[in-house]
Amino acid sequence: MSSLILRTATRYLVPLLLLFSIYLLLAGHNYPGGGFVGGLAAAAGLALYALAFDVRSARTMLRLTPTGVSALGLMLAALSGLPGILRGSSFLTGKWMVAYLPGFDPIKIGTPVLFDLGVYLVVLGVTMSIIFALAEEES
Amino acid sequence: MMTVLTMLALAGFFAPRLYRAWGARTAGRLALAPALAFAYFASRLSAIRGGETIRASFEWIPVLGFEFSLQMDGLGLLFALLIAGIGAFVVWYAGAYLKEDPAAPRFIAALLLFMTSMLGVVLADNVIALFVFWELTSFTSYLLIGHHHEEEKSRKAALQALLVTGLGGLFLLAGLLLLGQAAGSYNLSGILAADSLSSHPLFNPALALLLVGAFTKSAQFPFHFWLPNAMAAPTPASAYLHSSTMVKAGVYLLARLHPACADSAIWQAVVPAIGAATLVIGATMAYGQTILKRLLAYTTVAALGGMTMLLGLGQTLAIKAAVVFLLAHALYKAALFLVAGIIDHETGEKDVLKLGGLRRALPFTALGAGLAALSMMGLPPFFGFLAKETLYSAAQQPTLLAASVIGGVFFLVVACLTGLKPFFGAERDTPRHPHEAPIAMWIGPLAMGLLSLSFGVFAPWVGPTLIAPAASAIAGEPLTAKLALWHGWNRELQWSLATLALGLVAFASLRALRPIMPAFARLRAWGPERGYEAALNGLVAAAGAQTRLLQNGSLRYYLLATLLFVLATGGWFFWRLVEWPAPGAGTPVRLIDAVILSLILLSTVGAIFSRSRMAAFASLGVAGYAIAIFFVLYGAPDLAMTQLVIETLTVILLVLAFYHLPPLHPRTPVRGRVFDLVPSVLVGSLMAALTLAANRANLAPSISSYFSANSWTNAYGKNIVNVILVDFRALDTLGEISVLLIAGLGAIALLKLRAPGKGGGGAP
Repeated sequence: MSSLILRTATRYLVPLLLLFSIYLLLAGHNYPGGGFVGGLAAAAGLALYALAFDVRSARTMLRLTPTGVSALGLMLAALSGLPGILRGSSFLTGKWMVAYLPGFDPIKIGTPVLFDLGVYLVVLGVTMSIIFALAEEES
Repeated sequence: MMTVLTMLALAGFFAPRLYRAWGARTAGRLALAPALAFAYFASRLSAIRGGETIRASFEWIPVLGFEFSLQMDGLGLLFALLIAGIGAFVVWYAGAYLKEDPAAPRFIAALLLFMTSMLGVVLADNVIALFVFWELTSFTSYLLIGHHHEEEKSRKAALQALLVTGLGGLFLLAGLLLLGQAAGSYNLSGILAADSLSSHPLFNPALALLLVGAFTKSAQFPFHFWLPNAMAAPTPASAYLHSSTMVKAGVYLLARLHPACADSAIWQAVVPAIGAATLVIGATMAYGQTILKRLLAYTTVAALGGMTMLLGLGQTLAIKAAVVFLLAHALYKAALFLVAGIIDHETGEKDVLKLGGLRRALPFTALGAGLAALSMMGLPPFFGFLAKETLYSAAQQPTLLAASVIGGVFFLVVACLTGLKPFFGAERDTPRHPHEAPIAMWIGPLAMGLLSLSFGVFAPWVGPTLIAPAASAIAGEPLTAKLALWHGWNRELQWSLATLALGLVAFASLRALRPIMPAFARLRAWGPERGYEAALNGLVAAAGAQTRLLQNGSLRYYLLATLLFVLATGGWFFWRLVEWPAPGAGTPVRLIDAVILSLILLSTVGAIFSRSRMAAFASLGVAGYAIAIFFVLYGAPDLAMTQLVIETLTVILLVLAFYHLPPLHPRTPVRGRVFDLVPSVLVGSLMAALTLAANRANLAPSISSYFSANSWTNAYGKNIVNVILVDFRALDTLGEISVLLIAGLGAIALLKLRAPGKGGGGAP
């Protein structure tokens, strides 16, 4: 597919989609969203890129191999369970740190955020690996 | 103790990385880890000798009351010393033996991990920990036997060992759990301390299961066949796993459970009989072998039979004999295996008939081999002599004595063949010109040969230091052990002399009997290995038949099979367990609902009747988006959003897959379409009914109120769905994303790893 319109639109759409996917990931704890849908949205963005340009440039954009991305995600998710153990609770117990910045709402960072990031990466990696594999077959 | 195990496990895990930094010297340096472990265990000798036990534990699964506990008494210490001591030599040796092998790091890593698990087996107090370590030894042994995985023989032997010992491991688990139930404790120390265990109704089943586990691991008849085949492993693994450590795990288990079980009738009937049978079978089968390692393997089977027999007898003399035999055998057999590896490595020859006169080329190896062989022959003043003497004095019954003497005779023959014959006589031409092996290789056999000698000479010291604490642990009461080389002109000495004479006759007549050996070998083909082969072939055939039946390559057929299965199981469940939903219940249908509903229906019908695939995909996409709107209307924005993105991606995937699909078949005949209609309508109705029923069922209202109450206060999140996913039920999610990753890998495998020459479109 080499449509100029699609390519031009893609150049603007992909950053927006990726930003939106990160917004979904981060906002997910309080508003609709989360790692799963965020990962899917990012995958949709990359898939669009792969369709408009080619698979190779989409792969370059991802830097890691898709399987590597999902493996990294699974590792992050598993690691996010360790602080719970180290603090004497059971595996995957959520642990939070709260940072108070003057003039802002308190910022809370916890292991569930890390876990959700892991989910995001697994979903992104798996989806992209299948899409890339299918798309490369055709050439 | 925990530190020692952790250190060895870490050494194993980091071995491949260290190899990259240190190159060929790595194994020699890593051998320091078991050497340190040996030093630790040796430093505990005097404490254990004084009757102490050393314990270490931490909470493992507190909910179930399990603690991960290790306990070291005399028996555990003896095994630990053997494992760590021989292990240090074997690791060093393996580094030199596999110098040219690019896969050496993997081998060393597996060897160290095996060592960790084997130490775990002999030190574990908790039975679940024991079982886990036990299975880990099977697993690492699989990796070690299959080291040369490019050879089919290695793979087969590795699989056989894994299946036999792994299956035995399952028996062991069942047995340990029953025993734990019966004793009310899942710690060995608790089980052994339990009162009147043998009158518990679960005791006999537990014992039978445990015996199967021990017999498979220690290669007892009729499971003995895996051990000679496991000689496909590189020699260091054979020397370590299949002579001195892993195969003794079964013997260890028998010894460990001895205080609780030795009184039972089953034990007294089965254990000595199986042991004696294995002793005779292993010893006679060794006769006529000519490959160095197989000669040693069959005598190992025989020796394990001998130890089993002794443990079955139950008298204190037999217990002491078992311990002496165990120690003597571990020393001389590991040495002889390592020597066999050196001979193979330096000359390229494995057949003992084609070897001779190597003592000039391999002087240190020859010395170690000679010492070990003399110990195995049972000559004074070697430790093997003491082993044989105590064995003869413990085997009081005529049949057991006969079995022991047969064993002794063939041990002598094999010792001559493996330890003496290659080094004496005329020099022979070998594929490689022999040179003395590096020190890393001959130091082990030499040290163990010297130990075999000095343990015999210093028997009065060995008795109370090593033998008595282990024997006390087996007997469950304090024992003393006085060992001496000279007991006077008694029955044992007479039988020893008879063994020597018979053995020399058997050795001398070996050449004359050689022509009839093939007939003997044919007889062996009827052994229990035939049953193993038949079972394995049957399993493969059954799997093949069911695969051809269920997976014939047609996607329509797969779909049909899946749907019918859902229909059968789901329908049965629904019929039996779910209340039929009353019509009319639920919220009234609004206009907008009706509009979306008809959109879904129309697009579905459109997908069914469309004549192009593209149109069908698009129609399905419309149905999906319409469902997302439903989610929006009914207050599930998360679901709606996910559904929208999923639909988009599905359409992309379908379009990508579109290129690979063959052209749409002409319409199937009407009869076929009617046949397809029946299951699809039924499945659809079932799903609708299940959805309605699920809506009515109100399983546990408390849980969702818990989530909404605690989501903000405990988990700092306002989006309950997300908080459930990443916090309350994070373990479920972790499982799900693991499955997702595995499914993704499977999809890649299906797409990328096609059989060559089969590219292009798949089956319709």
